Amino acid sequence: MMTTPTRSFARRMTIALGLAAASIIAAGCGSSGSSSQPTGASAAGQTVPTANLPVLQKIGKGEGQLNLIAWEGYLGPIWVKPFEQQTGCQVNAKYAGSSDEMVSLMKNGGGGQYDMVSSSGDADLRILYGGDARPVNINLIPSWKDFFPAFQSPPFNTINGVHYGVSLQWGPNVLMYNKKDFPAPPASWNVIYNPKYKGQVTVPDNPIQIADAALYLETHNAALKITDPYELTQPQFQAAVSLLAGQRPLIEKYWALASQEIFDFKNGNAVVGAGWPYQVSTLKASHFPIGDAIPSEGATGWADTWMLAAKAPHPNCAYMWMRYISTPKVQAEQAVNYGETPDNKLACGYMNQLQAGSCAEYHANAPLSYFNSVKLWKTPIATCDNGKPDCVPYAGWVSAWNTQVK
Amino acid sequence: MAWARVSAALWRRPWARATILLTPPLAWFVLLYLAALVVLLITAFWQINPFTTNIERVWSLNNLTTIFSSSAYRGIILRTVGMAAAVTLVDAIVAFPFAYYMARVASSRTRTMLFVAILLPLWASYLAKVYSWLLIFTHNGFLDWGLGRIGLGQPRLIYTNWAVFVVFCYLWLPFMIIPVYAALERIPASQIEASQDLGARTWRTTRLVMLPLALPGIVAGSIFTFSLTLGDYITPLLVGGTSANFMGNIIYTNIGIANNVPFAAAMALIPIAIMAVYLLGARALGAFEAV
Repeated sequence: MMTTPTRSFARRMTIALGLAAASIIAAGCGSSGSSSQPTGASAAGQTVPTANLPVLQKIGKGEGQLNLIAWEGYLGPIWVKPFEQQTGCQVNAKYAGSSDEMVSLMKNGGGGQYDMVSSSGDADLRILYGGDARPVNINLIPSWKDFFPAFQSPPFNTINGVHYGVSLQWGPNVLMYNKKDFPAPPASWNVIYNPKYKGQVTVPDNPIQIADAALYLETHNAALKITDPYELTQPQFQAAVSLLAGQRPLIEKYWALASQEIFDFKNGNAVVGAGWPYQVSTLKASHFPIGDAIPSEGATGWADTWMLAAKAPHPNCAYMWMRYISTPKVQAEQAVNYGETPDNKLACGYMNQLQAGSCAEYHANAPLSYFNSVKLWKTPIATCDNGKPDCVPYAGWVSAWNTQVK
Repeated sequence: MAWARVSAALWRRPWARATILLTPPLAWFVLLYLAALVVLLITAFWQINPFTTNIERVWSLNNLTTIFSSSAYRGIILRTVGMAAAVTLVDAIVAFPFAYYMARVASSRTRTMLFVAILLPLWASYLAKVYSWLLIFTHNGFLDWGLGRIGLGQPRLIYTNWAVFVVFCYLWLPFMIIPVYAALERIPASQIEASQDLGARTWRTTRLVMLPLALPGIVAGSIFTFSLTLGDYITPLLVGGTSANFMGNIIYTNIGIANNVPFAAAMALIPIAIMAVYLLGARALGAFEAV
């Protein structure tokens, strides 16, 4: 127990506080060494530095551990627990809030820490051209043959016939709204740009949001002639950025983590915004009156891949995971829980067993036209599809997001 | 007997004794702390490949030029320094009467209680404290509800820089109170009596005797409040809104999300420079004698 505080006590306390302050500062400065060889300037004409690394020929004994970087909601106990029991590989999860964060985590500490990342199409090329992903022997993953053709060797994870991971699931970025404020689903994305909802809109804190604005302008400003929301010339890009800069006063919080958006909808800090099906299913599970829609302009979306890290410390467990996660039943479990579309076409039947009608609800049996209506995330690069170097590269997106939008 | 010979040898050579004793802490300081800082400083003059975000070891001042030529980054620096100054000022104004009461008025029993009250929150998790403020500030949260009940309307402070400001003031207040208390407690009673004997009333004695003598303590405390606010990024991330971009947030997003370590390093040079200037000023004001 403390007796009368003396002068020396107060002095000792001041020094202790100083040390405490120093440790708080130190805690805020996690060191992050990043070492890698310099590479060429643009994606066009680049080679993947790891393309010639040998692939595993046969899955051996598990290493007992598996370190995964994943989106929140991607490592549900429903499908992770049975995997751990079957293989003895204990899954250690690190959740990331954005594609950029995933690219960054894969490089941290020289890249020897994690085995796999569930990254989206806008991150995959950056990871594999950065030399942080490793070729995968797709023959060791039997269920891959049952994937929809669009996801067997998609350009975002397969380069020159070499796979750097196995596709996982895909889905749209949806418009979320509180049903109390919107009895009928909004027909257009214009609600998130409408001053009527000042202070009640929330969108992701993510430069790729510029593509959402471009997709909106594709319909509403024909003069800009936008054809692909990820390939924007300078005037198109500037129009999308000014639309977002005009949206800023309507926004109280750009959400960085899915859990933040859930908190804000629950507490009335937001009534409408852009989000993922995960937030929708989580809010629905707690009986919150949340609605979700894909408005008339269409939506951006993601297609995720479990990519294998170049220096994966537990390759056997990683292959076991890829084999397991692509089986129809596990694909169905993740699709229904997260609210996304599986890549395995046999998952449909299992989905309906888990939840009647869910196969159709999550478009697991939808025609190709539905797939074409969702503009999947990809990394914006300087070279447009027509081969001209007129497009704004992703670095320009990041700096515009940080200095002109936010 | 070998040990006896070693100790005798060391006793005869004081420099050897000092070397052995000082090597581990000095090595720790130089290798882990200074070396890491030097690496950081060097990184600030490199770039990244914008596509793969790999570091390219080409020397240039591009990062610093970007920071100083962009009005957005200049605004962020000014906002951070302004926030740190405002938090320091308010903490000093709140801490002085509190520390005065503790050092000069309170009975020893009350004083112990107050010490416990100040120090207890320091043992609670930083995140728990910030999240509890999130619940206080949120729409229809405790603050809106409480003020609504007494008819003052709903301020809706959540996701504003006011919320960030209040949370900072709360978090760093103990770091100001303790040094001010230490300084006030050191003032000899005879000086206060002399002031009163010469006819100065309480307010005048406080202003002309106590305050100048407590100043080194206030400056010592302000080093904590100022530097902690300058570097924090978690509070703005959690309770701040669209304009809660501070230097710490820029460093955090560039390291953790954009993987632009060189730019983050360049940004980190700025608080280091500001604190170097601040510490020189604090030393001139006698802050280091106060502790």
